[in-house]
Amino acid sequence: MTAVFEQIFQVGFLAAIIRIATPLAFATLGEMFSERAGVLNLGIEGIILLSAMTGFTAASLSGSLWLGVLVAVLTGMLMGAVHALFTVALGLSQHVCGIGVTLFSSGLAYFLYRLIFGQQSVPPSIKGFKPVAIPLLSDIPILGPAVFSQFTLVYLAIIAVPLAAFVLYRTPWGLSVRMVGENPRAADSAGVSVIATRFQAVILGGALMGLAGAFLTMAQFNAFTFGVVSGRGWVAIALVVFGRWDPWRSAGAALLFAFVDALQLRMQASGLGHIPYEAFLMLPFIFTIVAMAFMSRNAVAPSALLKPFRREER
Amino acid sequence: MFRLEARSSTPAWFNLALPLIAIVATLILCSGLIAVAGANIVEAYGVMLSASLGDSYAITETLVRAAPMIFTGLAVAIAFRAKFWNIGAEGQLLAGAVASCFVGAIPMPGYLAMLLMAVAGAAAGALVALVPATLRIKFKVDDVVSSLLLNSVIYYALMALIEGPWKDSFSGYPISPPIEDSANFPVLIEGTRLHLGVIVALIAAPLCWFLIARTTLGFRIRVTGENPEAARYGGINVQRVLISTALLSGALAGLAGAGEVGGVHFQVMSDISPGYGYSGIVVAMLARLNPLGVVPAAVFLAAVMTGAEAMSRATGVPAFLSDVIQGTALLAMLVALLFTAYRVRRVGASA
Repeated sequence: MTAVFEQIFQVGFLAAIIRIATPLAFATLGEMFSERAGVLNLGIEGIILLSAMTGFTAASLSGSLWLGVLVAVLTGMLMGAVHALFTVALGLSQHVCGIGVTLFSSGLAYFLYRLIFGQQSVPPSIKGFKPVAIPLLSDIPILGPAVFSQFTLVYLAIIAVPLAAFVLYRTPWGLSVRMVGENPRAADSAGVSVIATRFQAVILGGALMGLAGAFLTMAQFNAFTFGVVSGRGWVAIALVVFGRWDPWRSAGAALLFAFVDALQLRMQASGLGHIPYEAFLMLPFIFTIVAMAFMSRNAVAPSALLKPFRREER
Repeated sequence: MFRLEARSSTPAWFNLALPLIAIVATLILCSGLIAVAGANIVEAYGVMLSASLGDSYAITETLVRAAPMIFTGLAVAIAFRAKFWNIGAEGQLLAGAVASCFVGAIPMPGYLAMLLMAVAGAAAGALVALVPATLRIKFKVDDVVSSLLLNSVIYYALMALIEGPWKDSFSGYPISPPIEDSANFPVLIEGTRLHLGVIVALIAAPLCWFLIARTTLGFRIRVTGENPEAARYGGINVQRVLISTALLSGALAGLAGAGEVGGVHFQVMSDISPGYGYSGIVVAMLARLNPLGVVPAAVFLAAVMTGAEAMSRATGVPAFLSDVIQGTALLAMLVALLFTAYRVRRVGASA
C-alpha cells in the first residue's frame, strides 16, 4: 500500500493537478461570470467542444497555435452571444436554450470536423504548446517543476483567477454584473443597462469557455476527438455552485476536482489493476455530486438567476 | 418599429403550426451546411426523405428508431410539466438497458421474460431518476446539474460492466452476453425490424396523455409545474408529486433502454444509445410537452437520423448534419414558442 501512495504523490502528481485544473478553471470562471449576471449557460459543454474544434482546425491549417487560441476564443464569444440572444434578448428558458446551444454546437463541431478532416483511422494531431519554464521560479523545489514549468495557457489561467476577482468586485462593470444578477430592477433604475450587461457577461464567459477548449486540443491532447470534453462543461457548472459563485472559491473547487481526477488517473496506473478503470473515471463525477449535496443547502445563487428581464413588465 | 405585445390566449392551430414553422426554419438554416459541404440541397433533402419515409421498409426503420425517442420524449415531457428538470434520460435509458439485459439473459418462457425485462428496465430508470429528485428535495441540489453528471456516472458504470465482469466471453468486443433468443421481442412484419416495443411506445403516448390531462396525479403534476405556491396552498404535497414525476419519467426512459435491448440490439454495448436521452428533450419541446405530440416529433427526428445516414452515403455530406438539425430545431422551436406568449405589433408612424 505504501508503494501505491509513493507512486501517487510525486512532483508529477502536482503538475498533473495543475494541468487538469486549467481548462476547468477557465470554464468555471466563464460560467461564473454568466451566472453572476443572472444567466445559466448550459451551452457550456457544446461551446467548449466547438471552440476546441475550431481552435484546433485553425492551428492545424495555419500552423499558428496562437491564431488557434484566438479562433477558439472568438468561437466561444460568438456562441455566448447566441445564448444571450435567446435567453437575454428574447427571454427564453435558460435551461432549454442551454441544452439547445450544446446540441447545436456539438453537432456543428462534429459536422465541420468530419467535413474538413474526413474519416481517418488515426485522428490528425498538431504540435501543441510546449511548457515554458519561468526563470528563477521554476528552480523552487517541487513547486517549481510542478507549477512554473507549464504551458503559457496554464499561467494565463493562474492570472485569470485574481483578475476575475478584481473585475467582479473592484470595477464598475463588475458591480453592474452583480447588480443585474441580484436585482435587475434596481440596476435598471440606477441607469445600468440590464440587457447589455448580461450580454457582455455571457460573451466574456464564452471567451473563457473558448480558452478551455483551446487548452484541451492545443496543449493537453494536441488532437480533436469527439470525446475531448467528456462532461467537463457539466462539471464546471457544478463547480460554480461548489465555489459559491466566487472566483477564488470556484478556482479552488476546480483544483479540488483536479486533485480527485489526478488521483484516479494514478490509481488506474498503479497496482489497483483488477478494478475496471471506468470505476475510477466515474469517481470525480460521484465526488462532484456528493460535494454538491453538502454545499447546495447553504449555497446562495444570484437572486435573478434563470429570470429573464423585460423592462415593460413592472 | 416592431414590438412584442403580450397575448392572452393562443388559437388551437398554433399547436400544429409552431412545430411546423420551427422545422421548416430549421431545414432552411441547415441547408447552408449542405451547400458548404458542396452538395445539392434539394437532392440531399430528397435522399433524406425517400430513405426515411419513401417506402414501407424505410417507414418501419424510422419507426424502430422513433420508439426510444417516443419513450425519452414522454419522459422529458412529463418531467418538464412538473418543472422537474430531468436532463438525465440518457443515463436512465442506459440503466434500463442494463437491467433488462440482465433479466433477458435468464432462461424462462419468452413472454414472461419480455414482461420482466420491461419491468426491470422501467424500475432501473425510475431508480436513477430518483437520485436527482431526492437530491433536490433533501439537499437543494440543482436537478439539471445532478442529472447531467449522473449520465456520465451511469455511462462509465455500463462501460465498466461490459469491459469487465459482464463482458461476453465469446466476443472480442466490449459487449454484454446476448439475451435469450426466446426473450427477443417478436417482429411484427416479416422482413423488417418492426418489433413489439414500437407498438408499446405508440400506446404509451396516449396513456401518458390521459395521465397528464385526465387524472389527479396529472393535475397535481401540472399545478406543481405551473405554480408550486398555489399547489402547496391547495394542499398538494409538492415533494411527493416531484418524486412521483421522477419515478414516472425515469421509468419511461428506462423502457426506452429495454426496447433497444429486447427489440434491436439483444445485448448491451457502449453505443446502444446515440444520445436518445438528449433527443428526448428536443422531441418534448417540439411536442410542446404534450404526450400526443411526442409521437410525430419523435418520428420527425427519427426520419432525420435515418435519412442523414443515407444522405451521407449518397452525397458525402457528413451524417452529423442530423445532430445540427436537432439542436437547431430545439432553438427554433423555442423562438417559435414566443408567438404563443407574444404577438408582433407594428408601433409608431411608418411613413
